[in-house]
Amino acid sequence: MTAEPISTPTDPPLLKLQLRTVFKAFGDTTVLDGIDLDVAQGDVITLIGASGSGKSTLLRCMNMLEPVDDGEVLFDGVDIAEPGLDPDPIRRRIGMVFQSFNLFPHMTVTDNVAVGPRKVLRVPKGEARASALEMLTRLGLSARADAYPDQLSGGQQQRVAIARSLAMNPEVMLLDEITSALDPELVGEVLDVVRGLKADGMTMLIATHEMAFAREISDRVCFLHQGRILEEGPPSQIFETPREQRTQEFLQRVIDAGRL
Amino acid sequence: MTSRPTRRERYERARRRRSNVIAAVSTIVVVGVLVILIPMSPGWDRVRQAFFDGDVFRESFPGLLRAFWLDVKILLWSTPLILIASLLLALARNTRSPALFPLRAFAIIYIDVLRGIPVILLVFLIGFGVPALGLSREWANPLIWGTVTLVLSYSAYTAEIIRAGIDSVHESQRAAARSLGMSSRQTMSTVILPQAFRRIVPPLMNTFVSLQKDVALVSLIGPVEILRQAGIDKATYANFTPYVAASVIFLALTIPCTRLADYALARQRRRTGATTIA
Repeated sequence: MTAEPISTPTDPPLLKLQLRTVFKAFGDTTVLDGIDLDVAQGDVITLIGASGSGKSTLLRCMNMLEPVDDGEVLFDGVDIAEPGLDPDPIRRRIGMVFQSFNLFPHMTVTDNVAVGPRKVLRVPKGEARASALEMLTRLGLSARADAYPDQLSGGQQQRVAIARSLAMNPEVMLLDEITSALDPELVGEVLDVVRGLKADGMTMLIATHEMAFAREISDRVCFLHQGRILEEGPPSQIFETPREQRTQEFLQRVIDAGRL
Repeated sequence: MTSRPTRRERYERARRRRSNVIAAVSTIVVVGVLVILIPMSPGWDRVRQAFFDGDVFRESFPGLLRAFWLDVKILLWSTPLILIASLLLALARNTRSPALFPLRAFAIIYIDVLRGIPVILLVFLIGFGVPALGLSREWANPLIWGTVTLVLSYSAYTAEIIRAGIDSVHESQRAAARSLGMSSRQTMSTVILPQAFRRIVPPLMNTFVSLQKDVALVSLIGPVEILRQAGIDKATYANFTPYVAASVIFLALTIPCTRLADYALARQRRRTGATTIA
């Protein structure tokens, strides 16, 4: 079923990702309650909402780290939510960055970045290391190429994690609260990397609590509440004239906490 | 930096001096009491003659060392075989594929049964049972069956250690590896197992030291290895000193092994890690 070329256009204009009534439950708890979302090539979409609203689960479902219970996730028109589909070829094309970095502690920074291309894409060792170094230089990390993750600051670790994802040359990046575990003064260096990715035209889905950043970088903002996208729109509309009362309340809480 | 010691340095130096004095005094007291009291016990002269006879020690030592070579050979064969067998068992036990269910069931039963039998019984069962099958002469070799016995028993223990190591690697490591597109096999070999093995070095070394000693149990099925040689010497000299000499030979192998493992682990931690908490 994966034998057919995945990039065959079905209906132009082609959407990169298309979610149709996606459902997901953990036991009796419904986490995603019918999500619909269209993501075009080059879109930067942020997901905002309280903890437990389903942001992370939504991202994990798109990378098949969590199986979707019902509904469709179309990636270049191919349904990747189909049960039994081999996830590995899809995951190669979708990068993911985690809140707690999840770097491999037993490998140097360079090896962390090179391991994906080496093992998955079968790039020769020397070549993989060379492009890993290039990637690290791009993200300002070349001085730490031979260090181990535990010897880096949180901001550096997260940039390495982004480099590790980018090394696979992904078509879409999923960023799951990538600054939530960082000290405030380290958030900026990581967000700068994301700004760079947007400038390069990367398609991104970003779950975040950094409202100012969401407002600055997004093409569209989705407000999630209890597993539904309650409100979706351009950042100016969501942040200035939210229609839904829940969105207003959420943003008010964020403002009260001094985060906007 | 000024050469003047900081307040903390002066405090720590004083503390260090104090603990050194205490340690020295208490060691002298304990050793002194032992040296004075033990010879005062009524049987001490007999014990010293029977266990610490210098001449018997010197005469039996070379022969014991030669006999120990058989123990070392069994050890050298067993160790890699145990590691391979236990890794396969641990992986089989963790497999979730339905097609491999028989493998999983086998691993569970194997581990349960062989962990439950004392090594000494297993030595008898294999040592006397298998040759009774009437195998040809070249197979009637205690070196082979001793090794087989130890591999059977120790692979069951070691499999459980490896499994615990695999389970101790956080799920987020698996998520990170899989999100790069690695297969579950690649994830296991490049991300999970290297971390698991680093964590289980201390229990593995523990098991290895235990194995070094249990090799002596093979003497029960016949070969003249160090324990049996010590028994022969004991009868020859009518003196227990050969057993003490054998113990010294064992310690000469086991102590460096554990020190080496500690050193390797500490170096590993220094190289990859942040500072340790005092």
